[in-house]
Amino acid sequence: MKQIAIVAYQQTDCVADAGAANEVEIIMPVLKRTFAQVGITNAQDVDFVCSGSCDYLQGAAFSFVLGVDALGAVPPIKESHVEMDAAWALYESILKIRMGHADSALIYGFGKSSPGELPIVLSQQLDPYYLAPLWVDSVSLAALQARMMLDQGLITERDMAEVVSRSRRNARGNPHAQLAGDVSPEAVLKEPTYVSPLRRADCCPVSDGAAAVVIATVEQARAWGVPYAVISGIDHCIETHHIGMRDLTDSVSTRKAASNAGVQKGPIDVAELYAPFSHQEIILSRALELKNTTAVNPSGGVLAGNLMMASGLSRIGEVFNRIVGGEAGRGVAHATSGPCLQHNLVAVLEKGEKA
Amino acid sequence: MSDQKAMSKGEAKYNEQGEVIGIKAPVYLNYNFTAGAAAARFLLQVKKGVLTGQRCPRCKQVYVPPRGACAACGVATVEEVRLSDKATVQSFTIVSIPIPNNPIQPPYIIANLVPDGANISFIHLMSECVNEDVHIGQRVQGVWKPEAEWDYAMDNIKYFKPIDEPDVPVDKIGKTDREG
Repeated sequence: MKQIAIVAYQQTDCVADAGAANEVEIIMPVLKRTFAQVGITNAQDVDFVCSGSCDYLQGAAFSFVLGVDALGAVPPIKESHVEMDAAWALYESILKIRMGHADSALIYGFGKSSPGELPIVLSQQLDPYYLAPLWVDSVSLAALQARMMLDQGLITERDMAEVVSRSRRNARGNPHAQLAGDVSPEAVLKEPTYVSPLRRADCCPVSDGAAAVVIATVEQARAWGVPYAVISGIDHCIETHHIGMRDLTDSVSTRKAASNAGVQKGPIDVAELYAPFSHQEIILSRALELKNTTAVNPSGGVLAGNLMMASGLSRIGEVFNRIVGGEAGRGVAHATSGPCLQHNLVAVLEKGEKA
Repeated sequence: MSDQKAMSKGEAKYNEQGEVIGIKAPVYLNYNFTAGAAAARFLLQVKKGVLTGQRCPRCKQVYVPPRGACAACGVATVEEVRLSDKATVQSFTIVSIPIPNNPIQPPYIIANLVPDGANISFIHLMSECVNEDVHIGQRVQGVWKPEAEWDYAMDNIKYFKPIDEPDVPVDKIGKTDREG
C-alpha cells in the first residue's frame, strides 16, 4: 500500500469575529500560503480537493460552493466536500489516494461561527425527535458530562483547571491562538461557574477562520522536495446519538479508532486532541492511554481557539509541524464531532525516512 | 398540506393504529449575516448610484458584483473598476408563472446582463420593452429609482430598458475591454 504523507499545513489566526469577510476571503490567504509551502500555484497542481464546512454555522446555504472560488477551478478540478470537520475531508482524500485515483490532495476546512449563536446552532445536529426540539445546547450537554465525571470521582475541578492553565500557557507559543497567557489553576477555580460545573475557561472560545493541509504519496512528496510526515494510521468511529445510552465518562469510539490506527505501536511524543471542554481532554488522554511522557496539546489545543470544521484538521497539522520541526518523532492527532465527543477520528503521524 | 396544518406546534400526526408518525419541530436560528468585504464595498457604491466591478490581476476579467476572488484563477481581486449602467443582453427568459410574494406581474423578463466594462453578467429585470422582441446582444440601460430612495441594494435600478444602439455580436458579448 502506498505510504501517504502530509507536506503542508497552514491556518488563519483564530479570531472572535472575522468581520465582513466572506468564505472566500477567509480561505484564500490560507490556501495561498499552503500552495507556497509546497511550491505549487493552485489547486490545478494537486489531483484532488476536499473541504469540510457546515452551512449552519454562518447561516448561508451552499456556502461551501462559494469556497470553491478560492481554488482556481478552471479548467475543472476533482473536488468533494464533507459537511463535517475537514479531518474527515482528509480521511476521504486518503481513501482517494489509496484507491489509486490520486497521488496528491488539498484539504481545507473553514468556519465562520460568529454570525450565529454557536451552542444553539449545534443543538440542531442532535437527533431530530428527542433532543433537537428541546434545543439542548452543546455547552449544557458538556456540562452534564463533566458533572458525571465529577460525581463519580473520575476527575476534580482542579484537574479541569489544570488543563485550562496548561492550554493558556502553551498557547503563548502559538501565534494563531485566540486565548493565551499565564493563568494559574487557582485563578481559574476562582472564576464563577458558567453552566455548572463548567466555568467559561473550561469551554473553548467561538472562533472564525480556516486551515489547510496538502497530502501526497511519499513519492510525490519527495518529488516536491519538501519535508513531510507520514500518516502511518488513521481510523474513525462513532457512537449512538442517544446521549443516555452512552458512557459519557469514557470515549469508547476513540479507544476503538486508536486501536485500529495503531496508536500504541510506538512511543507517542506529542498528542493534539480536539477537546472543546477541559474535562474532555482528560477523557481523551485516558482513552488514548497517553503516558506523562507525551506532550498534550503543545499548541494550546482548541481551548485556545476553536475553528469549527477546521480544528480537527488543525490538530493533524499541529502534529505535522512538531514532526517536521524535529520536536517529535511520532505523534497522535485526534478530531471530534457531535455532542460530548460522539464521533472521533484518530491519526498517527511519523517522521518520514530521509529521501 | 392538510397534514401540516394538523401538526401545529406540540401536536403529532398519528396513523390508524394510533402510532405517532410525525411531529412538528420548527427550527428558528438568528444570524448576523455579512455580505463579504468585497460585496460590502460594492453595496456602498450602489448606494451612491455607481456600479463597480473587480478585475482579476491574472486573467483581467472584471467581475460584477464582485466577491473578492476570481473564481477561474483562484486569486484575490483587489482593483476596483467603475462600470457603466449600459449593458448587453447575454441571455434572457420570459417568466409567465406568478411567483408567491413577488409583486411583479407576469409575463416579465429576467436577463443575464453584461455591463459595459465587465466580462461577467449579473441578473436583473428588463421592462419598457416588447417581450417578443428581446434578443441576445441587445443593448440596454438601467432605469434608476429616484435618488432619495437609493439603498444598499441592486434594486436601486428598477429595471433595464432597450436603448437605440447597434447589437453586440454574440461572440463579442463580455469579451470587450478585457485588456482595458
